[in-house]
Formats: sequence, structure tokens, C-alpha cells
Amino acid sequence: MTSSGTAAPVTTASGAPDPVVGPVDVHADWRGVAGEDAEEVSASGSSFLRGRSRRLLGELLRPHRRALWALLCVILVQNAAWLAGPLLVGIGIDHAVPALLAEPADPWPLVWTTAAMVAAAALDTGLRYVFLVGSGRVGQAVLLALRRRVFRHVQQLPLAFHERYTSGKTISRLTSDVEALAELVDEGLDGLLTALSSVLAIGVVLLVLDLPLGLVALLGFPLLLVLGRWFQRRSTVAYRRTRQTIAALIVQFTETFGGIRAVQAFRREPRNDELHAALNEENRRAQHEAFWLIAVVVPAVTMIGNLVTVAVLGYGALRVMDGDLAVGVLVSFLLYLRRFFDPLQDIAMFYNSYQSAGAALEKLSGVLEERSGVPDPVDPQPLPHPVSGEVVFDDVRFGYGGAPVLPRLDLVVPAGQTVALVGATGAGKSTLARLTARFYDPVEGQVRLDGVPLDRIADADLRRAVVMVTQEGFLFSGSIADNIAFGRPTATRAEVEEAARAIGADAFVQALPEGYDTDVAQRGGRLSAGQRQLVGFARAFLADPAVLVLDEATSSLDVPSEVLVQRALQTLLADRTAIIIAHRLSTVEIADRVLVMEAGRVVEDGSPAELVAGTGRFADLHRAWADSLV
Amino acid sequence: MTETPPAPAADRGRLSSLTRLWPFARPYRGLVALTFVGALLATLTQLVIPLVTEAVVDGPIADGDRAGLVPLLALALGFGIAEAALFFLRRWAMNISSLQIERDLRDTLYQRLQRLPIAFHEGWSSGQLLSRATSDVSTIRRFVGFGGVFLVVNLVTCVVVGALLLLTCWPLGVAVLVTTVPLTFFGVRWEGRYNAQSRQVQDQYGDLATDVEEAVQGIRVVKSLGRSGLVFSRYDRKAVRLRRLELEKVRTLALIWCLFEFHPQITLAVLLVGGALAVSSGALTVGGLVGFIALFTVLLWPILSLGFLLAQAQETASACDRIGELLDAPLTVTDRPGVRPQPVGTPARLRFEHVRFGFPGAGGPVLTDVDLDVDLDVAPGETVALVGATGSGKTTMTALVARLLDVTGGRVTLDGHDIRDLPLVQLRTVVATAFEEATLFSMSVRENVTLGRPDAGDDQVAEALRVAQADFVHDLPWGLDTRIGEQGLSLSGGQRQRLALARAVLGRPSVLVLDDPLSALDVHTEALVEQALRDVLAQTTALVVAHRASTVLLADRVALLEGGRITAVGRHTDLLAEVPAYRALLSSDSELAGTAERDR
Ligand SMILES: Nc1ncnc2c1ncn2[C@@H]1O[C@H](COP(=O)(O)OP(=O)(O)OP(=O)(O)O)[C@@H](O)[C@H]1O
Ligand SMILES: Nc1ncnc2c1ncn2[C@@H]1O[C@H](COP(=O)(O)OP(=O)(O)OP(=O)(O)O)[C@@H](O)[C@H]1O
Ligand SMILES: [Mg+2]
Repeated sequence: MTSSGTAAPVTTASGAPDPVVGPVDVHADWRGVAGEDAEEVSASGSSFLRGRSRRLLGELLRPHRRALWALLCVILVQNAAWLAGPLLVGIGIDHAVPALLAEPADPWPLVWTTAAMVAAAALDTGLRYVFLVGSGRVGQAVLLALRRRVFRHVQQLPLAFHERYTSGKTISRLTSDVEALAELVDEGLDGLLTALSSVLAIGVVLLVLDLPLGLVALLGFPLLLVLGRWFQRRSTVAYRRTRQTIAALIVQFTETFGGIRAVQAFRREPRNDELHAALNEENRRAQHEAFWLIAVVVPAVTMIGNLVTVAVLGYGALRVMDGDLAVGVLVSFLLYLRRFFDPLQDIAMFYNSYQSAGAALEKLSGVLEERSGVPDPVDPQPLPHPVSGEVVFDDVRFGYGGAPVLPRLDLVVPAGQTVALVGATGAGKSTLARLTARFYDPVEGQVRLDGVPLDRIADADLRRAVVMVTQEGFLFSGSIADNIAFGRPTATRAEVEEAARAIGADAFVQALPEGYDTDVAQRGGRLSAGQRQLVGFARAFLADPAVLVLDEATSSLDVPSEVLVQRALQTLLADRTAIIIAHRLSTVEIADRVLVMEAGRVVEDGSPAELVAGTGRFADLHRAWADSLV
Repeated sequence: MTETPPAPAADRGRLSSLTRLWPFARPYRGLVALTFVGALLATLTQLVIPLVTEAVVDGPIADGDRAGLVPLLALALGFGIAEAALFFLRRWAMNISSLQIERDLRDTLYQRLQRLPIAFHEGWSSGQLLSRATSDVSTIRRFVGFGGVFLVVNLVTCVVVGALLLLTCWPLGVAVLVTTVPLTFFGVRWEGRYNAQSRQVQDQYGDLATDVEEAVQGIRVVKSLGRSGLVFSRYDRKAVRLRRLELEKVRTLALIWCLFEFHPQITLAVLLVGGALAVSSGALTVGGLVGFIALFTVLLWPILSLGFLLAQAQETASACDRIGELLDAPLTVTDRPGVRPQPVGTPARLRFEHVRFGFPGAGGPVLTDVDLDVDLDVAPGETVALVGATGSGKTTMTALVARLLDVTGGRVTLDGHDIRDLPLVQLRTVVATAFEEATLFSMSVRENVTLGRPDAGDDQVAEALRVAQADFVHDLPWGLDTRIGEQGLSLSGGQRQRLALARAVLGRPSVLVLDDPLSALDVHTEALVEQALRDVLAQTTALVVAHRASTVLLADRVALLEGGRITAVGRHTDLLAEVPAYRALLSSDSELAGTAERDR
């Protein structure tokens, strides 16, 4: 269940890649082979899961214990008031109407009964309002607490978790699963409390009315218990499946519309229709299975109720004939019996919602118990102030779970140095960058900043000191100013504009209809790729860290824009440490030092001038590049 | 007469939106009918057991006839079983129909969304789409599978019993009718309010889902800047607002519920007083009053339940509205009526003729008057490089070719046919695009590469992979069958870009559109790809967006996009010599400027 932080599952259970797995029919296995599926139902079994989710529910409800008890009292009184209505009408007909007809007519009994009825109705309604609003409040508070908890937790989990778990599944946890719980909150509590209270009350009445008949009536209970056990076992499995199938649908949905351009350009729609229909059908089946169970249980409860009624009727009739029982007792007993079994159906319905929510809670508690593989240190070591920015890789080994990507790396980047990383694609440049920003922890060895191992630095301190800008430059929906200010939320508008001006983004922003207040639309869809990179860059510029890591951060810019960015960088980087990954060697030339990487190793190391003058790979690369410029 | 302005949405009884469901319910109308019949018959059988009780008391018990007990008990047993069976029947039919309606609705929605234009998707946050396809569709299923049936059954009960009441004793019946006036008045008001509030809540769910999606998909940026606090507080604000909206909704629901609970009880009191007066004036017998009141008590539960069932109906209506907004969104990029496949050669001649394009609501147009001829006469299978500053509209222009966006003026032609006169399927088969951001899906490498040509053979795939220098896939744990993408193996940026390139060149399309296809490659790999790509480019018409001189050299001619038009077309060296704007963008001097700056 725990993620080891550094090891994402890439290999089979046996560890070694298995070339024989190749499927015969390509289309039957279009998804392709991946390592073990990151499904979280563990071997420790279902009682473990149930325990875990019950614990979570308990934790969520604990702060509301008092309110829940109060609500229980309210609903009990309210029920009594509701039941009083019909009773009072009976009294009215039996006593008030005759009093009115009597000579002399006495209107007071009628007045009193009517007044009592109105009072009961008012009490009932008032308490109902209190109950509904009160339970709504508790329910919403629980949901809010749950949302906060899961969101915060997911934010804090390491990248390795997100890569393994996938965004679609995380999204489905935070939306659909929480909503399953909301359904329980919406529908459940009221019915349960009402039903429980009437079942208990009527059960007692039955026993008091006539003990032998009462015992016969209770004969139904063992049957109900058996039924309940059966339902519980089957529905746990069934609802667990529905959580998976709905998550699969959400994954398909988010992937499709995340890549809608490719979907449409490559005419993927019909195939996606098929895939979605299959997942949707699977979801329907899973739900059908779960709903079928409740469709059996509710009529079964009715059936048991009817059987018991017939038994009571037969046995009671015989006893009446024997003179052991009054007819009136038998009749009212039968009336009560009906009221006894009807609420049991409500309880069954509640239990059903509970099972459904329980399956969602299992998934949520699974995410919540996920421990960070890249944890915040318990007793963090402070960084010197100001951070000077020396980065050291000390005998670092790293892999994503499969083959090692960095077999053994020793590297010292003195404070203030600008280092360029070049090398073939897949050489491990981005990996090195990610280790510097502590997206992962090394499998072996240490990465240190100013002599402090990264895993001993408090997250907030580390993020202030080290900032990484990637090629994608993910933008959040909101204005351009908001997005730039993401680098430093306390920045004033002037500072934001200053940062944009410094890297040459000001011109295009000013040209937009609403300037810095233009909404970038989701994921920056309103901007061109280069413009997005500029905004991402301005963000890092504003953050102004001691160590700046740039992973192909200017790859989509035209040359003049890139030159502007470089000028800004030279100012910014004057006393900063920087690790720059770039394929355009023009970017590289602003570096003090160049590292050439190959298959996870540094194979050349020196100043740009030295390397160009030499005969190594960089000299080759540089020649090729210079030739390409024509 | 002037036209009356439309009533504000909240005032209209928007239950009419529910009619949208009919096309989806139609195929299952048999099952739905069965549900009603089951519900009705079950109600009737429920009456039997009390009747049998009465018969037992009046018959065998009164006569002391033990043997006479047996058939009556058997009768009760039989009806008891029948009741349970009918119950089961109803639930079973309801499950089947409601789940199938849910499935069909979600499929329809997904299919429609896939076909809506890119412009639509850019305007809608994906969280809103997701919440509609999940929560709203489920809301509808719940109503179809439960609330809807009982709403109808209970309404029918109310009407039937109401009529009986009128027949039994019309003055009291009229009194009951009068009490429904305030009920209806407040009911309509509050249900309208509930509808509006449901809508707000559902929208907020969508916003929240959007936040979740961004926070999860942008996790790298959030982490690298250490902004989880900021992202959390954004989310939290929305979650808190959701709670507030939910509580408002709860309050309205509580009001509605109380109204419908209060009403029958007060009516009962009114009936008691009215009845007592009628009895005392001799207009009614005590037995008549008892009968009347007994009849009315049958209505207690149906009236009470109407409150929340109507509320559920309102919620469903606004869910229908939300889904309707998507289903009604116009398919602007579609086949014109009567289009037929046209002959398009390989390579084909691609022309932009006075093309204009502007994004709706975004200042001036991006492309004002683009004229470009990728011409076979110049060279068979000509390649034109498109060069322009950041944000000049290159990507926009490439998107026009496959009709991901439609021109707003002028036209784009392939071999002389306006591309809008080609069926979309044909157009998107002859045009293959590699986007600037490599999108890979969670599927095998093979499926990703053959995305647009599922029938491609192994040798074609191998060829495409060779051209894109993507041989690294053979070193993946399961070779071509390795799952990549989000749910599979993560690849490096350059690896992803090469796969996207392989996907585009697969099967040698007539027109190849490459948007900055080599940006994530190192110089060495880039050179290899270029070499291999030359072969392919020689045989297809290609439009290649380029930022680097090395990429420009792939092309026979270069077009400079500036201020929304093509201002210069020609060979790279000529343009360097003659066009200052081009020189500024692409000359080695400017690329070396950074170096020069430093050396100074
Ligand atoms: N998250 C990941 N999980 C598993 N493997 C990964 C992951 N990211 C990268 N890899 C693999 O690790 C190797 C190194 O990748 P990395 O991204 O560091 O390369 P790179 O040198 O930055 O390449 P490029 O220049 O193409 O960006 C590649 O083989 C890649 O497939
Ligand atoms: N969906 C949109 N709505 C409004 N404006 C948009 C939208 N998409 C792009 N734009 C604007 O249109 C212009 C052209 O964008 P486009 O993506 O075509 O640029 P580009 O030339 O490809 O730039 P780059 O070199 O950075 O990729 C930009 O100024 C951008 O801000
Ligand atoms: Mg672009």
C-alpha cells in the first residue's frame, strides 16, 4: 500500500521484463502491458479495509457527537408529535363530537382537541425543520472536512504516487467518491433515526401487548439477521467494484478530453466510443449487481414480515378461540406488526447507502493512509541565511523502478555557478533536475544544498530555495497576473509586471484585450505555447530562488524572445546557482560550465570554451549546431 | 404589441426540462410501464391482509371454526407472497431501466462531447464536463429509478382520493381543496427557489472538480514552487462556498418538507372542526365523518412525500438543463450536407486563400489575410516551413488544415477542393498532424503510434519509428506492447515527441502538418531525425512550423507569418539576405546574440 517514493512499478512481479507477454491480437490488448496494476485492494483482505474506513468515518463524526445525540432526541420527540395527530382525531371523534351533540352542547372538548392538534402539528413541523437543517449542517461539515483532508493529503504526496495512481483516479477519489458519501448524508440519517426509533418502540409495545405473540413475532429476526449478513457480504464486494468501474470511466473521460486535439485529428472518436461504451456497460453491470442485491433484500424483508403476520394471525386466532386472548389485542397486534416491518425496509435502504458510501470510504481511506515516500523531515535542519546555493550530488543512485537511470553520480555545483546539462534524449537530464528539486529521493547517496541533505530540509524552505521550471509551463485558470504571482503570492501588481517586463513577456501581455487581467482559460489554452513558457518563466523569475532549475524552459520560444530571456537570466543568475537543460546550444553558452550526460553518467565536464576547443562529444555537438545555423 | 421579456429562469416551472429524458426513456417504456403496474398492484395487495384479518375475526373466530382458518391463512400467505413478488418485480424493472437510461445518457453525452469543436472545449472547463457526465447523470438515474415513479403514483393517489373525498361529502371536500391553495402557492415558490439553488450547487460541483483537476494535473508546478498552500486555499474557498450553497439548499428543502408535512395535519384539524359542526347541524352522520377522515388519512404520506419528490424532480430538471447545454451545443465543425469524398492526390496541393481567423471574444483576428500556396509545381511534395514570432499564429494556422478550427473568412483548399467540401473523415485521413505538445494516451506504444491508422502493418510501424528515430521503444520492457502514457511507463520529453512524430508520419499521409516537431530533441538526434524525415517529406506536402534554422532547412521554401499575413515566401538563404524581419527571427547572428552579449 505504501509507495516507496523512488520506485514506481514498472516491472512485472518477477522483476524482470518478460518479452513473451506480447499479445497475439493487438486490438484485444490495445492498452498494452504495464507492470502490476496499481489497484489498492490488498492481500490483507476486506475486514482490514472495512476497519480502516470505519476508523475514518469515526474520526470524521467524532467532533459532531453532541450534535448527533441532540438530533436523535429531536427526531424522537418529532416522531411522537407526528404520531399524535391521528390519535387526537380519534379522541376528537370519540369525545369532542358527542360532547358537541350533547344537551347542553359543550364546545370546549372540540376546541381543546383542535388546539392540541395544531400544537402537535406545529411542534412536529418545527422539530422537523430543526432536524433537517441540523443534520444537513453536520453532514456538510463532515464532507468539507473530508474534502479538505483528502485534498491536502494528495497535494502532499510525492510525484511517484501521482505517477502511479494517475490523475484520473485521484480526480475520481476527490469527486465521485466524496459524492457517494454526500448521498448518504443527504438521504440516510433522517430515515435511519426515524426507522430505528419506531422499530425499537414498536418492538417493546409488541412484547408488552402479549408476550407469546411477541415472541412469535420476533421469530422473524434470525431470518432478518441471516439476510443482513448475506447482503453485507455481497454488497461490500459489489459496491467496491462500482467504485472501480466509475473511476475507470472518469479516467477515460479525462484522458479523452485532455487530448481532444489528438483525438479529433486522428479520428479516434469511433474507437473511443466503443471503449467508453464498454467501460460504461461494465459500470452499469457492477451497479446492477449492487442494486439487484437491494432489490432482493427489500422484498425479502416484506416477505418475512408477511410470513410472521400469517403466523401471528393463525396462532393468535387459535388462542382467541381457546379464550387465552382478547380479539382486540390480536387486531391491534397485527396493526402494530405492519408498522414494525415497514421501517425495517427503510433501515435496509439506509444500510444500502451505507454500503455504497463505505466502498467510497475504503478508497478514500486508502489514499489517506498512503504515506509520503518523500516525507517532510520531522526535525528539519535550517538552511543558512541567505542560502548560498551550493548543490552536491554525493554518490547518488537513482531509478524509477526499472533499470537505474543514474547509476552513480558525483557532482559538485559551487554556489553561484550556472551549469548547462546537455546530452542525448533519455540520458537522464530531467531526472537529475528532478532530484535537485527533490521530486524524488535518491535510492542511494545524498543530494545536499549548502551542506544540508535535501531530505532534512523543511519543504517550505526547500521550495523557497529551489525552483524548477519545466517545458510544459502548466498554467492554472485565472488571469495572467495570477499565474505569474503564483511564483510569489505576496508580490504586488507592479512586481508582477516588472517580472514580465524583465523576461520580455510584457509586450504580448499588453496586446491582449485585458492585459494582465486576461483569463488564460484552462491550462492556458488562450495563449500560444511560447507565451505559456514566458509566463512560466516570469513566475520563476518572480519567485527568485537561490537555485534555479530550468528544464527546456525556452524550447518553444522564437530566437529573439529567447535572447531576451537569456539577458534577463544573466542578470538574475549573476549570483544564483542554476542548472539549465537545453538543446539549443545558444542557451548553453551563457553557462559557466557544461556537463555532457550519457546514459546517466557525466562524460564531459568543463567550461564551454574548453569543451568546444576539445575533441569530445560536446565539440562534435557544437560543430553540428554551428553548421545547422548556416 | 411589444414582446414580453422572458421570465427569469427561476420563475418558470422548469420541470418541463424533464421532457428531455423522454427520448432516453422511450426504448425502455415497457419496463417503465411494468414498474408502474408493479407499484400499483403491490398497493392493492397490501389491502388484502387487513381484509383477511377482518374475515378471520368475523368468521372462524366468531364461529370457533378451526378448520375454516386454514383457507383464510392460505389466502393471506398467498397475497403476502404476491406482495413481495410484486415488490421485487418493481425494483427489478426499475433497476434495469434506470441503469440503462443512465448508461445511454452518458454514452450519448460522451459521444457528443467528442465531436464538439476544439473551440468548445477551450471554452469549457473540463471539471464542468466531468461533473455533468458523472454527478448529473447519476442524479437523473436516481430520479428515474425512484422518485419519478413515486411522484406519479402519489400524485395519482392524491387526485383519486381527492375525487373520492368530494364525492363522499362535497362541503368537506371543498374545504380540503381550499387548503391546497396556500400549499400550492408556497410550494411553487419554494420549489422554484430549490431549482435555482440546485443549479448553483451543481455548478459549484463542476468548479470544484475543475480545481481538483488542475491541482492534480499541475502537481509538478505546484510542488516545484511549493505552492500547495495557495492551491489548497483556492480549493478551500470553493469547498466552503459549496457548503454554504448546500446549506441554503438544505434550508429550502426543509421549508418545503415542513410545508408538506404541516399541511395534512392542519387539514385534519380543519376537518375535525368542520365535520363536528356538520354533524351537530345534522348534515353529516358520525359514521360519515369517521369514513371521511379515514379516507383523508390515506393521503397523509402521499402528500408529505410530494414535498421531497417534487424537490428531487427540480434537482433532476436542473441536471437535465446542465446536460442539455452540452447536448445542444452546436457542432460547428461538421460535414456539410451532401459532401462526398473528393479525389485528393498524394502529395496534394494545399492552398490558403485569403484566410481569416479570429478567436471569438479575443480582440482582433489572429490571421487577417493569409495567402499561401504549398504548390506541387514548385516541387512535387513540397515542404513549406512556417516561421513567425511567438504568438504570431502559426499553431492556429496549422490547426485550420485538419479543421480543428474553421476559418472565419477565405478558404483552405486541397487539390482545389475547399476542405469544407470534403468529409471530415477523409480530410483527417489525408492530413496528419504532430502537435507542439506531444499527447500520448494510456495505451500500448503500438496503439499510440497507429492512432490514426489502426490497420497499419508492422513494417509500416517500424518504418515510422525509424523515421522518428524512436527505436528506443524496442528497449522498453515489453517493446511495442508496453503501455505508456499516464497509466503506464513515463517517457522523457524527447521520447514523447518522437512518438508523436512517428504517429504523424505513419502511412505517409498526403499532407503532413508538423508543429515545431523537433523542439525537445538534442542536436544529434535532431540531425538524425531530419535526415530520415527528408525522405518522407519528399513525397508528401508538408507544412512545418519552425523556430530553428536547422528545422527550416528541411523545407523547400519558407513562409514568414507576420501580423496575421504571410509577408514573405522564399528560400531560406534568400529571405535571410532580403527580409530584415526574417533575419531578426532566424539568423545565426541573432541566435548567437546571447553568446555575443556575454563575451562583451
Ligand atoms: N517518471 C518516470 N517513470 C519512469 N521512467 C521514467 C520517468 N521519467 C523518465 N523516465 C525514464 O528515465 C530515462 C531518463 O529520462 P529523463 O527524462 O531524465 O531524460 P532526459 O535526458 O531529460 O531526456 P529528454 O532530453 O528527452 O527530456 C528515460 O529512459 C525515461 O524513459
Ligand atoms: N483559444 C484562444 N482564444 C483566444 N486567443 C487565442 C487562443 N489560442 C491562441 N490565441 C492567441 O492567438 C495568437 C496565436 O497563437 P498561436 O498558438 O497560433 O501562436 P504560435 O505562432 O503558434 O506561437 P508559438 O510559437 O508560441 O507556438 C496568440 O497571440 C494567442 O494569444
Ligand atoms: Mg505554436
